[in-house]
Amino acid sequence: MIRCENVTKTYSKQDRPALDSVTLEVAKGEFVFLVGQSGSGKSTFLRLILREEKVTSGRMYVAGKDLSTLSQWKVPEFRRGIGTVFQDYRLLPNKTVSENVAFAMQIVGAAPKEIAREVPEVLELVGLDDYGHRMPAELSGGEQQRVAIARAFINKPQILIADEPTGNLDPTMSVGIMKLLDRINRTGTTVVMATHDDKIVDQMRKRVIELENGLVVRDQVRGIYGYSG
Amino acid sequence: MRAGFVTKEVLNGLRRNITLTIAVVITVAISLSLLGVGLLANSQVRVMKDYWYDKIEVSIFLCGQLSDSPTCSGGPVTAEQRAQIESDLKTLPIVANVYYESQTEAFTRFKERFKGTALVDNVTADQLPESYRVKLKDPKQFAIVQSAFSGRPGIDSVQDQRTILDKFFKLLGVLRDGALAIGLISVLTAALLISNTLRIAAFNRRRETGVMRLVGASNFSIQLPFLLEGLISAIIGWGIATGILSALKSLVDARVAPLLTFTNFFGWADVWNASLLLLLTGLVVSAIASFLTLRKYLKV
Repeated sequence: MIRCENVTKTYSKQDRPALDSVTLEVAKGEFVFLVGQSGSGKSTFLRLILREEKVTSGRMYVAGKDLSTLSQWKVPEFRRGIGTVFQDYRLLPNKTVSENVAFAMQIVGAAPKEIAREVPEVLELVGLDDYGHRMPAELSGGEQQRVAIARAFINKPQILIADEPTGNLDPTMSVGIMKLLDRINRTGTTVVMATHDDKIVDQMRKRVIELENGLVVRDQVRGIYGYSG
Repeated sequence: MRAGFVTKEVLNGLRRNITLTIAVVITVAISLSLLGVGLLANSQVRVMKDYWYDKIEVSIFLCGQLSDSPTCSGGPVTAEQRAQIESDLKTLPIVANVYYESQTEAFTRFKERFKGTALVDNVTADQLPESYRVKLKDPKQFAIVQSAFSGRPGIDSVQDQRTILDKFFKLLGVLRDGALAIGLISVLTAALLISNTLRIAAFNRRRETGVMRLVGASNFSIQLPFLLEGLISAIIGWGIATGILSALKSLVDARVAPLLTFTNFFGWADVWNASLLLLLTGLVVSAIASFLTLRKYLKV
């Protein structure tokens, strides 16, 4: 699903590459934790997967596309196959929960009928059946993140990218979010999650890739958080 | 994206930025009105030229008793010369019609013009020159008539009334150019305001556009609502500008035309033509301003 061959990314104003000759592969349906200190290259890696940045050298294949040759105008279509969740939820404050989730479908031109059918379904999946008409500001952080996950998942992406999705949440809420991500992973969606949350990583026992100074220093199949960063 | 969804987003955008929307509408209305006044001034100059050039003529004065130009050294024009001049004039293709003014007629006009002054008593008919009053199909072609007739024996002088009018029209031309320049500058101002407004709108909605990008919206679909907002503001502004120009036309018809009877005024067709041109200007300027701004501030 994701394959990197000697991927190097150097930002124009820096000498040291943010990612240095990284080679790795994530298979379809895998659940991968990306750990490492701030500045280790986690965010750059996620940005490369989303094709928000282009690789400096090496090859990167995501969802069957060679990102180094993917033309700019095909990027939006490519991104429709990837769901994204962020630490700060990124919900639209002036739209209701339902509208926020529906937005992702409206953007890709889905029929109103289809939207009306699928939005309640996915809200039920994330456990917010009765929250459709609420505004994001009325919800707790955990609930807002569920809405964000619903939005990321509604177009049935092959890959779900989560950048510290539990970063702003207390442990109880975090567990709920992880259960949800796990459930989404079980539907066959590949999940890549960058995190600083050692308890979660230790508990889930999934593959762990650790980055340090742009290098992969650890790639463990049923890994633990493993460092005190 | 569906039309219904786009419409809703556009209306939301206009409403959320209501003060800026109003500013854009007013600026567009005023700048297009100014440009429209310039266009109508242009029409007015054209109408006046048509009106006046239609009335002016070239005068060919024939040698009389008192003529002292070298071509008149042979004394007053002979019947033979006069016949030749008349037939030459009538064969010239640029001549629309020729009117012969005899000494008696000239004297009648002279008396009319200087009625009540001592001049009338001291002048007799045979002192005044006879002349041909020539109307040209195109008044600008005076030079052809002049080169063909001035200097010929029996002809005292060839005069073009157009030279007098030209000074007047030069002045009007400057005024018209000034009005057009002011109009164009204010249209430029409107373009800059539209650009600035869209920049603010893009900044205000960076969350939305960020989310749109994340879920894979194309560049076009992210920019479309902004582009449409600019165009709708421009169209509303244009509507107001057309209203202002129509009011101006009515005002001219009702108040100015009865006072100034020496000329015609621009018609409603000129107003509609100007309005059409303003619509095109508004749409093109708004689209270009939006396109350039959005390309810079809404990247994928």
